[in-house]
Amino acid sequence: MLNKRLTLSALVLSMGAMVSAQTSAETLRLLTWGGYAPQEVIDMFEKETGIEVKVTKSNNEDMISKLRATGGSGFDLAQPSQDRITGVQQQFGIYQPIDLSRIEHQQMITSMLDATKKNTAVGDQVFGVPHVWGTSGLVVNGEMAKDVADYTDLCQKQYEGKISYRLKRPTLIGFAFALGEDPFAAYADPVKYQQILNKVETALVDCKPLVKTYWSGGDELMNLMRSNEVVAAMAWDAGGWKLNREQQNIQFVAPKSGALGWIDTFAIPKKSKAIDAAYKWINFVMRPEVAAKITESAGNFTASKGSDAYVNELAKAQFNTSFSSDDIDNIKWYPAVPAGLEAMEGKVLDRVQAAK
Amino acid sequence: MKAKGLGFYLLLLPFVLWFVLLIVLPHLQMFELSLIKRDYAAGDSIGMYQYQQFFEEPLYWRTLVRTVWMSLLATFITLLVSFPVAFFIAKVAKGKSKRLLLLSCLLPFWVSELVRTYGWMILLRESGVISQGLLALGLTDQPIEFLYNDVSMLIGLVYTSMLFMVVPLVSTLEGLDQSLIEAGYDLGGNGWNVTHSIIVPYAMPGIVSGCIMVFMLCLGNYLTPRLLGGKDSLWFTEQIFTQFITRFNWELGAAFGGVLLVVSSLVVSLGLKLSGQSFSRTLGR
Repeated sequence: MLNKRLTLSALVLSMGAMVSAQTSAETLRLLTWGGYAPQEVIDMFEKETGIEVKVTKSNNEDMISKLRATGGSGFDLAQPSQDRITGVQQQFGIYQPIDLSRIEHQQMITSMLDATKKNTAVGDQVFGVPHVWGTSGLVVNGEMAKDVADYTDLCQKQYEGKISYRLKRPTLIGFAFALGEDPFAAYADPVKYQQILNKVETALVDCKPLVKTYWSGGDELMNLMRSNEVVAAMAWDAGGWKLNREQQNIQFVAPKSGALGWIDTFAIPKKSKAIDAAYKWINFVMRPEVAAKITESAGNFTASKGSDAYVNELAKAQFNTSFSSDDIDNIKWYPAVPAGLEAMEGKVLDRVQAAK
Repeated sequence: MKAKGLGFYLLLLPFVLWFVLLIVLPHLQMFELSLIKRDYAAGDSIGMYQYQQFFEEPLYWRTLVRTVWMSLLATFITLLVSFPVAFFIAKVAKGKSKRLLLLSCLLPFWVSELVRTYGWMILLRESGVISQGLLALGLTDQPIEFLYNDVSMLIGLVYTSMLFMVVPLVSTLEGLDQSLIEAGYDLGGNGWNVTHSIIVPYAMPGIVSGCIMVFMLCLGNYLTPRLLGGKDSLWFTEQIFTQFITRFNWELGAAFGGVLLVVSSLVVSLGLKLSGQSFSRTLGR
């Protein structure tokens, strides 16, 4: 009797295991940024669709490198910024076109969807749809660095050893705008772009003795600002708002020459093995109430229509403090980076790093 | 000569597989990659273009020279710091305290290098322990930044690689007969004579093997220069990382990797030659 019971329960157990193995057979391997796929949203998605989501946290360069190394396999859905898709796709061919008929358009802010479609197109195929957007600008300690209102304001003798920025392309672009140039207009003209870069290089080399360190990770910058070792820096808006919640005197400031606007997208790698799941995820996270949860965890707003209504008041208030309506109109949205441009920028960054 | 049995080859197999699949093949692939010049308009071509880039751009080879120089310096400092420690552990300390001392050298290596480096950052930063301590003692009237310079980078490198100097030194010095030292003193030698003509020559294989390991570790280090060196760090491995990851220029990165391999092999063989040691006598023991 006991034996029979044991066999039976073993049978039930193994059947249960088989069933669960079957349901978890479908997984979505998501290559994304920290905060874009909070556990709460993953659980909701799994409950609704039975699809398991495996998240790999990454950044733009890392995403491209990973997908390039495997020829576009290993992940089912990636989230590169919209300006980093066209050039990369032309060079390495790591994505597949998006089937727009499978995207629920009505959930997305139309202007943002159209801009992303235009910016991520190769020929007449579209390779990205928008998800999260935000800006980079200045994070300023209001008590210690009142007069920092533009990127070039960082380079003042009085702030020697108390400023920081990244040695990456947003810094080049930001300084170019602050120096009165329009680098985006010169994207298609390498000669003109090189002239602008040379001007920026001089400014950055002159500014180098004043810089405390070139920050490389968000946490590093947070620590520098929290401890008041750094009083003004170039940074992302979400980082500034996070600091603001801890220390009221630290604010994210949209620079006079314009905050730099980015949109992180959804793009499907060429050898994605779960295309259906990828579309399901896109449509799921763009629901206003789900998108609001992502805004809460990532700190940035999404392209989901109507999700503002679900976002907490503090985030909205912080946004309004940092951006007047003029500032919003003045946001400089990154256009697609043409192939070969990054090599030019790379040389400049190397020379700045090497300068004394 | 007797033919080797099947057992010999079976035992050799894992090593051969590991060596060929994980070391030789990837390096050949990297070498192949480094010969390619990418050009979207004209198509890819094969040649020494990437190596030419390395020699034509002063920044690249200067970074390499600086990296080699700083690594040599770090190796030398590590030797100076580790030698007395190793001598004490091998010859002076006895029994339990000896084991305790070795263990305390080993202990920091139970946590990851990243954590250890962050530890130094907490100590050295402007709002850090040392700076605040000096303030509290009244030795300075404003916080001092110790981080982000060559000295803090060297401190980090020496600390990270000390163990790899101490262990080979201890194992060589343990074999040194105490009576040799006594004989040295009996013959009228002072402390300096004994160290210079008995202990150091005897420990030479240990010194050289420790130096080789520490030099290689420093040369290939990425984290410590990156985190402690700050805006002027300029380490050659950083250049390789940048080329591969942020510039998508794998070809140049591969060429850099090849250059680093050749240069480090040259420096090590030069070191062996100058110290009159052979590779098998030092690392092969």
